[in-house]
Amino acid sequence: MQTVATNKKILSGNEAIAHGAFAGGVEVASAYPGTPSTEILENVSKFPEIYCEWAVNEKVGMEVVIGASFAGSRSLTAMKHVGLNVAMDPLMTFAYLGANGGMVVISADDPGMHSSQNEQDNRNVAKFAKIPMLEPSDSQECYDMVQAALDISEEFKTPVLLRTTTRVSHSSGIVDLTSFELKGRSDKKYEKDITKTVPVPLFARRMRVVLDEKLAGLAEYSEHSPMQKLEPGNGKVGIITSGISYQYAREAFPEASILKLGMTFPIPKNMIRDFAASVEKLYVIEEGDPYLEEQILAMGIKITQPEISLRIGELSPDRITRLAAEVNNQEPLKPAQAIGDLPARPPVLCPGCSHRGVFYALNRLKALVTGDIGCYSLGTFAPLSAMDTIVCMGASIGNAHGLEKANQGGRIAAVLGDSTFFHSGITGLLNIVYNRGASTIVVLDNRTTAMTGHQDNPGTGRTLMGKETVETRVEDIAKGLGVKRVRVIDPYNLDETMNVLKEELDSDEPSVVVAKRPCVLGAKIKVTRQFDVDSEACKACGACLKLGCPALEVADSEDTDSKRRKARINPVLCTGCGMCVQVCKFDAIKEIKL
Amino acid sequence: MKKDILNISLVGVGGQGTLLASEILCHVGLLSGKDVKKSEVHGMAQRGGSVVSQVRVGNKVHSPLIAVGETDILMAFEKVEALRFAHFLAPDGIAMVNDQEIRPVTVSTGQSEWPEDLDGKLRSTFSKLELVPALDMARELGNVRAVNVVMIGALSKHLEIVDEVWREAITALVKPRFLELNLKAYEIGRAAATPVPA
Repeated sequence: MQTVATNKKILSGNEAIAHGAFAGGVEVASAYPGTPSTEILENVSKFPEIYCEWAVNEKVGMEVVIGASFAGSRSLTAMKHVGLNVAMDPLMTFAYLGANGGMVVISADDPGMHSSQNEQDNRNVAKFAKIPMLEPSDSQECYDMVQAALDISEEFKTPVLLRTTTRVSHSSGIVDLTSFELKGRSDKKYEKDITKTVPVPLFARRMRVVLDEKLAGLAEYSEHSPMQKLEPGNGKVGIITSGISYQYAREAFPEASILKLGMTFPIPKNMIRDFAASVEKLYVIEEGDPYLEEQILAMGIKITQPEISLRIGELSPDRITRLAAEVNNQEPLKPAQAIGDLPARPPVLCPGCSHRGVFYALNRLKALVTGDIGCYSLGTFAPLSAMDTIVCMGASIGNAHGLEKANQGGRIAAVLGDSTFFHSGITGLLNIVYNRGASTIVVLDNRTTAMTGHQDNPGTGRTLMGKETVETRVEDIAKGLGVKRVRVIDPYNLDETMNVLKEELDSDEPSVVVAKRPCVLGAKIKVTRQFDVDSEACKACGACLKLGCPALEVADSEDTDSKRRKARINPVLCTGCGMCVQVCKFDAIKEIKL
Repeated sequence: MKKDILNISLVGVGGQGTLLASEILCHVGLLSGKDVKKSEVHGMAQRGGSVVSQVRVGNKVHSPLIAVGETDILMAFEKVEALRFAHFLAPDGIAMVNDQEIRPVTVSTGQSEWPEDLDGKLRSTFSKLELVPALDMARELGNVRAVNVVMIGALSKHLEIVDEVWREAITALVKPRFLELNLKAYEIGRAAATPVPA
């Protein structure tokens, strides 16, 4: 067995970014969780030398690290692609102001929408915001490029975008941590110079000119950066690529010449021109938008367009292998077919999930429900079928108000979680109060950020660094905003949930219903009781199955009259929430003592 | 193994410990001086969905994803998941399947049917099938959560990597208080494995 130096570790892209942030001397990090970016801050928090926090949303996180940069400290913020939409406002103008301490913004995009509502390609943001962008293609590059980004940020006085994708953030590889030691802290300080930090028109116009001067310098840097890698090949096929696409292309085109760009804004135009001239046919392999392609075409360079489109969805070795077959005039391999007709295994609300009671009631009340981003998007599907729309974080509240003002009629409820309410629900609620709305806002308050893996938030009383803090209550915020009808319910109590929701949906004032129960998965609640179905008493009516609880199953035994199959409870899954007992009209569900 | 890269796909149901199993595999690769890449997708996995994790070990690995039909060893922690990802496997690949069935909510609520004669389906689908009673073995050890490391033990027989490396990898990744249990799980998995001819 070969011995391996201990400076090598297997790290995911996100873990590598955290290690790189430490090695690069980051002092302040702030972010809101979002797949596939969440683990970046979770791992940053393992370095006590770095001040880190969960921001209430991405915009605030961005503003915090801008403040740190003003102070001369190196800083980092991370978010999922759609999170950057929320943070665009401060970013666009900070590009004008420019960094003092090095500042890196990480956008973790999600091509293929593994856990997202769209697959926007945030490489476009670098060009739009006029800030440099680096694109790592594996964990080692994540580690190296965070440090490079911090250096570039200080050298060119600009925020730097580090753009990953799900396959870079969530794939693991070996990282050489040779340079893994804390660099000296930045000795920069805040120096008052309002011409550089206050973009009133008088100063902003000058900043705009300086911004283009910076970009010219960055374009020159891009030409000579070691992050641009030229891998010569046989010269027949030339490929320009970046990020994870490089890894697929390298394997599928072993003989091709490849120009792999690590810095993709500004692009190295001379390098690209020389490369294009050195190959017979030039291809651009990129996931998402034709971001590189359009810029290269604009340079007047000819790109060969394959028949196979790479535009929609995530790239994969399969897609690039098919592309290689086309390029090499080979018969494409027939992809192996999956076996059809297997029962699907969709994600479902957990057994004992506190959201279930609210959705069960909203379904029974035939409410039109505007939904939001979180585990509770699963309430959309049968048998709960109690969510009509989802747009983005916090949108449920504004959407409900708009439906009401457009005279939709009927019962309208907005449903969102506690973390989402803190993120961007508060302003929407204030808008309803101010504009004389009557919507019912249901906050599923499970005291955690469950979807992304149970991160703390302003409602948990704990910070990312493990310190105790104020435990903000949703009902206090609602009252503070001027909501008169604020109700707190236990969603395990179905009668109460049904009655309160009905009253509030039928009232002509705005109301907030806080459905409070800790997340069963996050709180690791000890199961103290369980239930079982008395097969004799069960009439196979199916009422309990309408809860969509994974612990409730169809049994083998049939009801003699109806020939329908009876219900049973899976003891491995039952958490003892007791909701099924309340919907059974035949008292067939009995508690079993543990 | 084909080319110089070993491709292993681990499939199962959220909560079965496929993640730890794939981490142990990666660590084995690292300790053997190889290049390693692993891919998985986080998100909804904890909510009872299908989970896929892929590990590639070789002298130089680029893609973290394995092309469909190029998996050398399919480690399935659940029978229907083995069938669901059967097309991942290379024609001469080996399927190692934990003898366990987990019914999804679509079946328990009567929306879809659980396939009949799963063992027969497995046998007709995979030319090289190794059915591992990992759940029973883990139960005998007193902890069903050890299924994943029993499977790792069974896998270890297929690879030309010495016993000590596997133990070192498990020791590096398992919490100290569960180490003894997991080393035993590895041992019984390794002892019980009857590798099909490669």
